[in-house]
Amino acid sequence: MATTTTAAPALTRDKMDIPRRSVNVGRFLAWVFMILVILASLFPFYWMLRTALSSNNALYAGSDSLLPVDPSLGGFQRVFGLQTGQEALDAGGAGQPIDFWHYLANSVIVSTLITAGQVFFSAMAAYAFARLQWRHREKVFGFFLAGLMIPAIFTLLPNFVLIKELGLVDTLLGISLPTMLMTPFAVFFLRQFFLGISREVEEAALVEGASKVRVFFRLILPMSSAPIATLAILTYITSWNEYFWPLMVSYTDRSRVLTVALGVFKSQTPQTGPDWSGLMAATLVAALPMLVLFFVFAKRIVNSIGFSGIK
Amino acid sequence: MATVTPVRKRRADDTKLAILFIAPALIGFVVFLLWPTLRGIYLSFTKFNLLTPPEWTGLDNYVRMVQDPVFWNALKVTVYYVVINIALQTALALGIAVMMQRLTKRTWLRGIVLTPYLVSNVVAALIFLWILDYQLGIGNQVLALIGLDRIAFLADSAWVIPTIAVINVWRHVGYTALLIFAGLQTIPESMYEAGRMDGASELTMFRRITLPLLRPILALVLIITVVGSFQVFDTVAITTRGGPVDSSRVLQYYIYDMAFGRFQFGYASAMSVGLLVVLVVITFLQYRLTRASSSDLA
Repeated sequence: MATTTTAAPALTRDKMDIPRRSVNVGRFLAWVFMILVILASLFPFYWMLRTALSSNNALYAGSDSLLPVDPSLGGFQRVFGLQTGQEALDAGGAGQPIDFWHYLANSVIVSTLITAGQVFFSAMAAYAFARLQWRHREKVFGFFLAGLMIPAIFTLLPNFVLIKELGLVDTLLGISLPTMLMTPFAVFFLRQFFLGISREVEEAALVEGASKVRVFFRLILPMSSAPIATLAILTYITSWNEYFWPLMVSYTDRSRVLTVALGVFKSQTPQTGPDWSGLMAATLVAALPMLVLFFVFAKRIVNSIGFSGIK
Repeated sequence: MATVTPVRKRRADDTKLAILFIAPALIGFVVFLLWPTLRGIYLSFTKFNLLTPPEWTGLDNYVRMVQDPVFWNALKVTVYYVVINIALQTALALGIAVMMQRLTKRTWLRGIVLTPYLVSNVVAALIFLWILDYQLGIGNQVLALIGLDRIAFLADSAWVIPTIAVINVWRHVGYTALLIFAGLQTIPESMYEAGRMDGASELTMFRRITLPLLRPILALVLIITVVGSFQVFDTVAITTRGGPVDSSRVLQYYIYDMAFGRFQFGYASAMSVGLLVVLVVITFLQYRLTRASSSDLA
């Protein structure tokens, strides 16, 4: 703790010099570490862009060039099916027709269905758990919570069997359905926020004769628009990036989403001398919408990561 | 399930409305979570190829599992992956979180660190497949440039698992760091001020203040990341498809291959149950450890 003050004046000079210098060296090293982390985080994105803008055939000679080699939009043209088969083959592509606009649309539909459904239905359930009075409420909520314990991956195989029985294999609805109605996390997350809303406003509205349905739509939903928006953004990103489940369900172009299409595109590319510029162009197309979304909502997304909903 | 019951107390009873409000979520829960879980367990005791109805075979699948060397190898490979992935990721994330805490709490830095998390595993896998390509990849170009031997990162059985682990660290480390960073915010600044007044160095403060107070949060982060890590699939499916030979055939990939490559859904379900048991046991153990070492702040 506090030391005696008598010898202080003489000591402080040396004492202050040494720590300050070591702190500065420490800070310098800390910044070096952080800059390395920043470079490691961002370089792969640059390399994807640089390769996507290069001509595939030129990559062999210019593999160590830091800038695009023989800049061309050929990769993107192949990805969006704008090159004929022969042109694509000559440029080092696969030659099969491929149209990422279609997969992009599929991804948008699936992610939108999942997000809108999951957030809305989970909010309704969360309201029932937070504010409505009914028997077995805590028991049913306990059931939902137990659902958090089941790793999503365990339900995939039986869910596939179910989707097959429902005749929804290879449809966008089949991909969306299992997470469209709820996830235990979404219900839990929103219930926490609804519990935090002051009861007084709500009761005032009820006294004035508003129904609870009206209270939910006119008061609770608008008052929790921030957490709902956060949940919606995170859900959208998660469903956009999902690979395993859509891989099981979609077999043809009809229901193929971007992640699955990327896998197919990769397996079609020539084994010797893959179409790297095409592949990176496709990868960029798949990643860009989420990067833009992140750019727009960075603050909200970054600040949402913590234990508010989990703990 | 629940029927309208007479009002017991003076409290308003919203049972009818509540049923309406939870109906969609309850259907989703029962149909796509509860029922599949039970069914998955049931299917693990059957022989099932999707085309004909499942046929009860008792413990056959489990007996086969215990005797299946590929299963044990898959488990071994998965554990190996989890150990590398979690050790590296946690150490790095802790470092990043502490640095952010001490240097700048600005959002832009956290945003940059989180960026890789925004793309899918598939995207991350493809980018690194290219960066680490034996001939043309910039990673191997750099190795060659500084006079080292080229490495077949994703084609050499000794390198595949560490490489896949690193790819997934790249994608997830920022997220983990932000979780830890959130935990750091709960440590009062006055603790550090007191430490500084005592002339404690940053390193001492890290060991004596940060680590002990962060322990419960680190444990929670470990539960989340370990459970996630065991489910590795996407990266393997894109980069190696389990190869060379079985050196990257992680459990989830073996299960997928068994179900969709060979249509043995019964056996695949049994292995899924095996993985589920492993995850439940790990979660339980870690949870116990967390409770046993709750924060000194509390």
